[in-house]
Amino acid sequence: MNVHEYQAKEIFRAAGIPVPPGEVADTPERAEELARGYGGTVVVKAQVHSGGRGKAGGVKLAPSPEEARQHAEAILGMEINGLTVNRVLVTPAEDIATESYVGVLIDRKTQAPTFMVSAEGGIDIEEVAHTNPDAIRKLVVDPRYGMLPHQAYWLASTLYDDPALAKQASRIIAQLYDAFTSAGASMAEINPLISTDAGEVKAIDAKLSIDDNELFRKPSIAEYRDLSAEPWAETRAREADLSYVKLDGNVGCCVNGAGLAMATMDLVKFYGGEPANFLDIGGSSNPDKVVAALEIITSDPNVEVILFNIFGGITRCDDVANGIVAATQSIDIKPPILIRLTGTNEELALQILADAGFSAFTSMDEVVERAVQMTEGN
Amino acid sequence: MAIFVDDNTRLAVQGITGRDGSFHTRQMMEYGTRVVAGVTPGKGGQTFDGPSGESVPIFNTMDEAVREAGANTSVVYVPPAFAAGAIMEAADSGVDFIVAVTEGIPVLDMARAHAFVRDRGARLLGPNCPGVISPGKAKVGIIPGQIVTPGPVGVISRSGTLTYEAVAQLTAAGLGQTTCVGIGGDPLIGTNFVDALEAFGSDGETEVIVLIGEIGGTDEQEAAVWVSENLDRPAVGFIAGQTAPPGRRMGHAGAIISGSSGTAEEKMKAFEENGIPVAKRPADIVVLVQEALSV
Repeated sequence: MNVHEYQAKEIFRAAGIPVPPGEVADTPERAEELARGYGGTVVVKAQVHSGGRGKAGGVKLAPSPEEARQHAEAILGMEINGLTVNRVLVTPAEDIATESYVGVLIDRKTQAPTFMVSAEGGIDIEEVAHTNPDAIRKLVVDPRYGMLPHQAYWLASTLYDDPALAKQASRIIAQLYDAFTSAGASMAEINPLISTDAGEVKAIDAKLSIDDNELFRKPSIAEYRDLSAEPWAETRAREADLSYVKLDGNVGCCVNGAGLAMATMDLVKFYGGEPANFLDIGGSSNPDKVVAALEIITSDPNVEVILFNIFGGITRCDDVANGIVAATQSIDIKPPILIRLTGTNEELALQILADAGFSAFTSMDEVVERAVQMTEGN
Repeated sequence: MAIFVDDNTRLAVQGITGRDGSFHTRQMMEYGTRVVAGVTPGKGGQTFDGPSGESVPIFNTMDEAVREAGANTSVVYVPPAFAAGAIMEAADSGVDFIVAVTEGIPVLDMARAHAFVRDRGARLLGPNCPGVISPGKAKVGIIPGQIVTPGPVGVISRSGTLTYEAVAQLTAAGLGQTTCVGIGGDPLIGTNFVDALEAFGSDGETEVIVLIGEIGGTDEQEAAVWVSENLDRPAVGFIAGQTAPPGRRMGHAGAIISGSSGTAEEKMKAFEENGIPVAKRPADIVVLVQEALSV
């Protein structure tokens, strides 16, 4: 789960990290009011779950309250990478002497939280890692001991020659590790971490991704979820305990298992079609889940045909077939449905589906090829 | 022969009294796996009834399961909140192989658990994995027994049902398996492709290895290099997620393209550059295995 910058800043502040003040506005008038309250130049920043906000025109400097209002007017409602901006953060502009980068994520290879810091701030760290890897210092934290003081200082000393600044940065790095673990994050980033002419080190941006598997035991973090930043179908999928990702094609896919769901999408492409979605219905034959899956798939107006691909291993195919029949009787589905079932009790399942008037298959290739043929232009 | 589990496996089931744990324990016993103990804290002294009237003792701790019932392997069906603890308990008890089926364990819990398990020298398979089956010998986890048959093919996969799909097609084509290993869909897993390849590499009966990968991470790329440098027998590959968009998690916690890294394209290229033919669709895995065996 992603949280907005202003929410990440709240979490960082709670961990003691120096973050300049800031409040969110959902109207231009409120943005103006906030700017007037702060006095001086403010920054108006789009709050949206997407990188590249600056490039998209979603971050603007406003020397006066009137300009803050004008910028907020332009940014609110703007689309950045397909996501609508509903809120802006208004925060006083800082005098920036230097910018650096501090980030931590769970690294797959070291299987541990791994810090990356660089004196080259305000940049795309992935790009620097490719073009100038020597500019990055890396530290693998042993999660059993946490961040040790000398390790935090070792990282900080890469960023600043001045010991007074390095000391502040070292404290911030340790606090960032605390924020990361206490929020149950998979990634936390301060980009940029700045030093001011007055000799202060501060975080003026904040990015935080929460591990979805932590949310059950972190209710206060789970409350940060912004439903307005999420398409309806994804909210519905999460509530029904399904994994769903919308794509741009027209072949709706409903599959049990994530790997098989990806392989089904790929096979749609192989036969010249375009998948409309990824959807993993899990190991259940529960008709309620099938209903939710069908509602989600058909909420996408591009879907021209719906394809089920079910491998019945432990789940029995006849159970799944009954679930599909019950689900389709309870809601009205317009696109044709093709069903492929194989595994335990498949003959019984095929009979159930045939009796209910469905086209049922046992071969994955056959059903996918047929589904693609049924779409427009094929 | 087989890898990881066989006739010598003496299994303790952690979470045997839960819904999934009890269901799959019966399935494993029906397949012929020797289940010697169940572990559920607070239910020690009770027994679990097997499918053919067997009585499996339940203990409060893994330590008792090892000392009193002689368990050498454990499988974890414990809910996510307690699963990392169960894994570490198993590692402390002295079993040398632990299979974690549980999906949804917080990744920070697993970072600690992996370090703990490594220090104790145990092997962890998973978490978020379907487990392992050595056809005709033993199964530990949830892989359906009816889709496998003994033979010369070793299978390593990050996925569940996609593995079943591929294995069922192999079996239907008369290509049996030494062992099928599901390494799991999480970002941090205990046994990766290279670990499983090493094990198959020292198994005399495995003649060809199928690698079923997916988007996310660089495990397949490293496996490809390992195969070309170390493996004395052929391997064939398949990668799921060619149509997956970057930055989106595709069901599995570990199935995500980060930036430009971990794409299906990059993994398929790594396979091909290292002499591992890549199936364009699941049905072609059978064809590639047949070709590899006929050379």
